[in-house]
Amino acid sequence: MAGSTPASPTADVAAVVRPTQGRRVTPAREAWRRFRRHRLALGSAAILSAMILALLLGPLIWPVPINAIDFAAQLQGPSLAHPLGSDDLGQDLLARMIYGGRISMSVGIAATLVAVIVGVVIGAIAGTARSAIDMGLMWLCDLFLSLPQLPLLLLIIYLFEASLRKVVGQQFGTFILIVAVIGGFRWMSIARLVRAQFFSLREKEFVEAARALGASTFRQVVHHILPNAVSPVIVAGTIEVANAIIAESTLSFLGLGFPPDIPSWGRILYDAKDYLDVAPHWALVAGGAIFLAVMTINYIGDGLRDALDPRRVI
Amino acid sequence: MFRYLVRRLLLALPSLLAISVVLFGVLALAPGDPFSDLATDPSIPSSVAAALRTKFGLDDPLPIRYLHWLAAMLHGDWGFSFASRINVSTLILQRLPTTLAVIGASQILALAIAVPVGVYAGVRPYSIFDQIASSLALIGFSLPPFFTGLVFILVFSVSLRWLPFVYRTDIGGSGLTLYWAYIRQAIMPVAVLGLFQGAAWTRFVRASVLDVARLDYVTTARAKGLSERVVVTKHIVRNALIPVVTLVALQMPIIFGGAIITEQIFRVPGIGSLLISAILANDTPVIMAVTFVFACLVILFNLIADLLYGWLDPRISYR
Repeated sequence: MAGSTPASPTADVAAVVRPTQGRRVTPAREAWRRFRRHRLALGSAAILSAMILALLLGPLIWPVPINAIDFAAQLQGPSLAHPLGSDDLGQDLLARMIYGGRISMSVGIAATLVAVIVGVVIGAIAGTARSAIDMGLMWLCDLFLSLPQLPLLLLIIYLFEASLRKVVGQQFGTFILIVAVIGGFRWMSIARLVRAQFFSLREKEFVEAARALGASTFRQVVHHILPNAVSPVIVAGTIEVANAIIAESTLSFLGLGFPPDIPSWGRILYDAKDYLDVAPHWALVAGGAIFLAVMTINYIGDGLRDALDPRRVI
Repeated sequence: MFRYLVRRLLLALPSLLAISVVLFGVLALAPGDPFSDLATDPSIPSSVAAALRTKFGLDDPLPIRYLHWLAAMLHGDWGFSFASRINVSTLILQRLPTTLAVIGASQILALAIAVPVGVYAGVRPYSIFDQIASSLALIGFSLPPFFTGLVFILVFSVSLRWLPFVYRTDIGGSGLTLYWAYIRQAIMPVAVLGLFQGAAWTRFVRASVLDVARLDYVTTARAKGLSERVVVTKHIVRNALIPVVTLVALQMPIIFGGAIITEQIFRVPGIGSLLISAILANDTPVIMAVTFVFACLVILFNLIADLLYGWLDPRISYR
């Protein structure tokens, strides 16, 4: 069957032929070669990079304050003064979208980092340890999977927000809380993936060889098993970023995420929803940005899955 | 079969208990309690506040408070809503049927989209139909329900004026006009939730059909000269849908999350919008009860999925 032909022989040949030219085929280079074949993923990567660049450089090019109130310019559509229009207080939407994008993207990435770290650690422990610890951790995993996530997220934020804000400050408190709860409810799938990888990898010959050479369990895990288990984690992590952005927007959209003075994309959409009939551009800009970010990340995840799966010939 | 059901029910109990511990733990760890207002109220002497705390057992050790709470919940005493001044259980029983109806209808819509489209795309991988269906599925599942909901309101209520965007329970009239009014106002919430789930499930069904379609027994069926229709419906689909059942059960928490958002956007009077209004009104007993009801529903649907799984796949024995 064509699908099960390993792609490694070609990679090995290239590695043997070319080392003198200084173009060693590293796994990353090979993944990039395969990723480029997925046109939609490549296009998505370009769009997402452009968006991130715009968010990073935006405040330099468009130095309009996000909270400059101008009642003369209430709820206006796109114009030269306000390229994306203005909101009910006459604040510039472009500036708010740039600020909000920075918040939404950083929440997405930070929450995913939390989820990946927790997931990899728990999955690695469950995959290395035998019986009792593994069973306990998997029971925990199943328990988290059957928790009603959104109600619990809302409950935790409702209960802890005020006190955390007092401790670490208004803006940072909300950020830490949202990142922690979103990440804390999303590690399960990654833990399961890592555990499954560990189960198959720890019986492989190269791990046995390392064990025979006297490598400690820690060394086996960190140097031999983990590097080989990393590609499905990259794919799952990429898609988690999209899920985390949706989760943050959902909380803000329900009015329980970021406060109005920190306009994340979801918060802008929440503020816009009461003016749908008079200023539809407001909601469409915010929702469109969330949609575009989530869709491009999902496509990149699809492309990475094809690129990082060695059994697929591309 | 019966023994399996009993065993499975017994296994669900620890999960329910664990969830109740988590819920109670979150609430107990949180700063402040229902009587914290009394401490700052100058008209109430501190001795009265302390007596009230003792009377309601707020100074007891945590495990004892948990057992009291659990016993009350089991007795059906779910507390008293601070905001609407009626029993929480009455409030939830009023709201639950609406939520279940909206979720049920949207899941039927999602399955009606996902199964035919997913199967057709999976049987003909990389065809034009498959490429279009896969792209639409990815777009549909990248569109968060809160945004689709707003776009639907913008198009169908604000621009076209076809559908009402506020869900009402006090519609007058009788007979067919009444039913029609109910259906009309349910179209948008059901469509928003159903399309989102349908897009996600189309991907599952397609992947699962793709896996099954290249197995040897399918080739055998074709070699026997069976018509393509019989091969697809009797041989491929039946086996391809088995893993989909598990995936659907795993999606249950996400579906309830989507229901909360949809109810909030369209002001559907279900338990999702009840939860949001309770949170905004600091109505702790209602928040606890609704979260617990959502947890019970998730576990119930997981149980149903497990039973369905055994029924669909005879290779899984009920032990």
